[in-house]
Amino acid sequence: MASNLAIRQDSKFKRWVAKEGSAYAFLSMYALLFIVFIVAPVLVAFFLSFTFFDTIQTPTFNGLKNYIVLLTQDEIFMRYVLPNTIKFAVIVGPCGYVMAFMLAWMLAQLPKVPRTIFALILYSPSMTTGIAMAVVWKTLFSGDQNGYLNSFLLGMNFIQEPIQWLQSPQYLMTIMIIVTLWGSMGVGFLAMLAGILEVNPELYEVGSLDGISNRFQEIVHITIPSMKPQMLFGAVMSIVATFQAGAIGVTLSGGNPTPQYAGQLIVNHIEDFGFLRYEMGYAAAVSVMLLLMVLFFARVANRLFGSSD
Amino acid sequence: MRRKKSGKRFSGIYNNRINPKGFHPSQIKFYVILLPLAVFMFLPTLFIFSHAFKPPDELFAYPPRFLVINPTSKNFTDLFTRMGNSGVPVSRYLFNSILITVATVAASIFVSSTAAYALSKKRFKLKKVLFAINTVALMFVPIAVTIPRFLIIERLNLMDSYFVHILPVLALPVGLFLIKQFIDGIPDEVIDAAQIDGATDVQIYWRIILPMIKPAIATIAILTFQATWNNAEISTLYINSESLKTFAFYLSTLTATTAGANVVAGQGMAAAAALIMFLPNLIIFIFLQSQVMSTMSHSGLK
Repeated sequence: MASNLAIRQDSKFKRWVAKEGSAYAFLSMYALLFIVFIVAPVLVAFFLSFTFFDTIQTPTFNGLKNYIVLLTQDEIFMRYVLPNTIKFAVIVGPCGYVMAFMLAWMLAQLPKVPRTIFALILYSPSMTTGIAMAVVWKTLFSGDQNGYLNSFLLGMNFIQEPIQWLQSPQYLMTIMIIVTLWGSMGVGFLAMLAGILEVNPELYEVGSLDGISNRFQEIVHITIPSMKPQMLFGAVMSIVATFQAGAIGVTLSGGNPTPQYAGQLIVNHIEDFGFLRYEMGYAAAVSVMLLLMVLFFARVANRLFGSSD
Repeated sequence: MRRKKSGKRFSGIYNNRINPKGFHPSQIKFYVILLPLAVFMFLPTLFIFSHAFKPPDELFAYPPRFLVINPTSKNFTDLFTRMGNSGVPVSRYLFNSILITVATVAASIFVSSTAAYALSKKRFKLKKVLFAINTVALMFVPIAVTIPRFLIIERLNLMDSYFVHILPVLALPVGLFLIKQFIDGIPDEVIDAAQIDGATDVQIYWRIILPMIKPAIATIAILTFQATWNNAEISTLYINSESLKTFAFYLSTLTATTAGANVVAGQGMAAAAALIMFLPNLIIFIFLQSQVMSTMSHSGLK
């Protein structure tokens, strides 16, 4: 009887393989990599966030201590990192997003050739975030009188002495925001451009008959509602890009921590504790906070543009 | 005719039209806004090109000049004749970058398109759940889990190998998402017909799906290319042996050391290297941009 059951189970398995096996075979490679490099790191971060771990000894469980310390005793986190991150994210995210939409909207109303050229120029900065850009921005904002910005401002008599742009806590954050915004016309921008181009032109005609009387109303009542899926995609891309851009302050100023923590973002805080102080458990707790922040902003975007079901 | 009839009634975009065929005076206002902005956005790009060809006296001229006057290829010859750290020639870094990028792009296309085919056209129980998981993963910020990733890669003994450059980049949720949405646009009848003719899944994937999703493939190729070619982080974190590091990493060492003793040579070489980093991005995007745009019209997230 046991063998009978085994055979029956075996044939059930065979039927399953015949029916769904090839689908899983096609999925298997992606799924494996996805689990190893995305799911597992998130789970490990979650697990480590409840431990003390210095990379040498095995992690020891210490409950919510990391989170409590983070929220109540980590002065740098509360005074610099969190406000910086929120300021950076709130300015770069929505501004970059609105800019991307407005630019896409204008581009959509131009003929194909100029549109393509403009799109290329606007998109090109986003291709080279990071390394190649460091060369450009470090030279432009160089702190001596040879720096391009300093030389320009000195020449115009706006300033009397060269300013250490990238080393001064006053300016670092502003420069980080400008540099990031400059590179924020990425995939989301292209998606929104494509979305606007696909809106059914008849809708605009109907809208004008229904009493839409200016361009702003047209954008709010026709363009955006007809391309909500692209708007949401663009929003998610913009949120991810904003938080992913966190290393910019360290790249520009040349060191972690940034001068007086002026450009310190949550990503740098993770690196600071993880790779410089080897407090992996604590760093993991900060990572979890970051992932939660991303999820929160994505939920907000979902509220705004998600399909209502 | 219709437009004339409605006379003074506002008809906004409908009048100027989205995606117009030609020039119309109403477009002038957009040009007035876009042109200065485009020039501003283009400045750093122009700077990369110009800076790379400056001779030393122009690199350090006072007052500094934005554009090059006497272009020279000296920075490039300097770059390629100098040895990197611990005697690794620059060409080795470049070779690594090219090899890793080509392998990653090819593997990424294969991995994502097979999975996307299954998620779009195959029927199985977990289909919706798996796609939903991938959609959540669009919000994944890799930089947030650098440390656990590091621990996992260490455990898997992937440190110090070419694989560590390639494998972590391959699971790209946005890539799978875009290809899957694109395959959704292929009618099921095409696949049903092929099945009736006796085509296997592999044949359907290879002969029908792949040729029909070229724009989506081009798009994911670009995304993967950018993620790989510009990546210095992997070399910094996971690679100890200098001969396995990438060109992007080498450039990052140049910019970090320009304040040191060889500030003159360093600046010029960094400028040349930055151009070498930037140029492939630009060229590939120019060639593939129309494919990318047609993929992006399927990008909607519901």
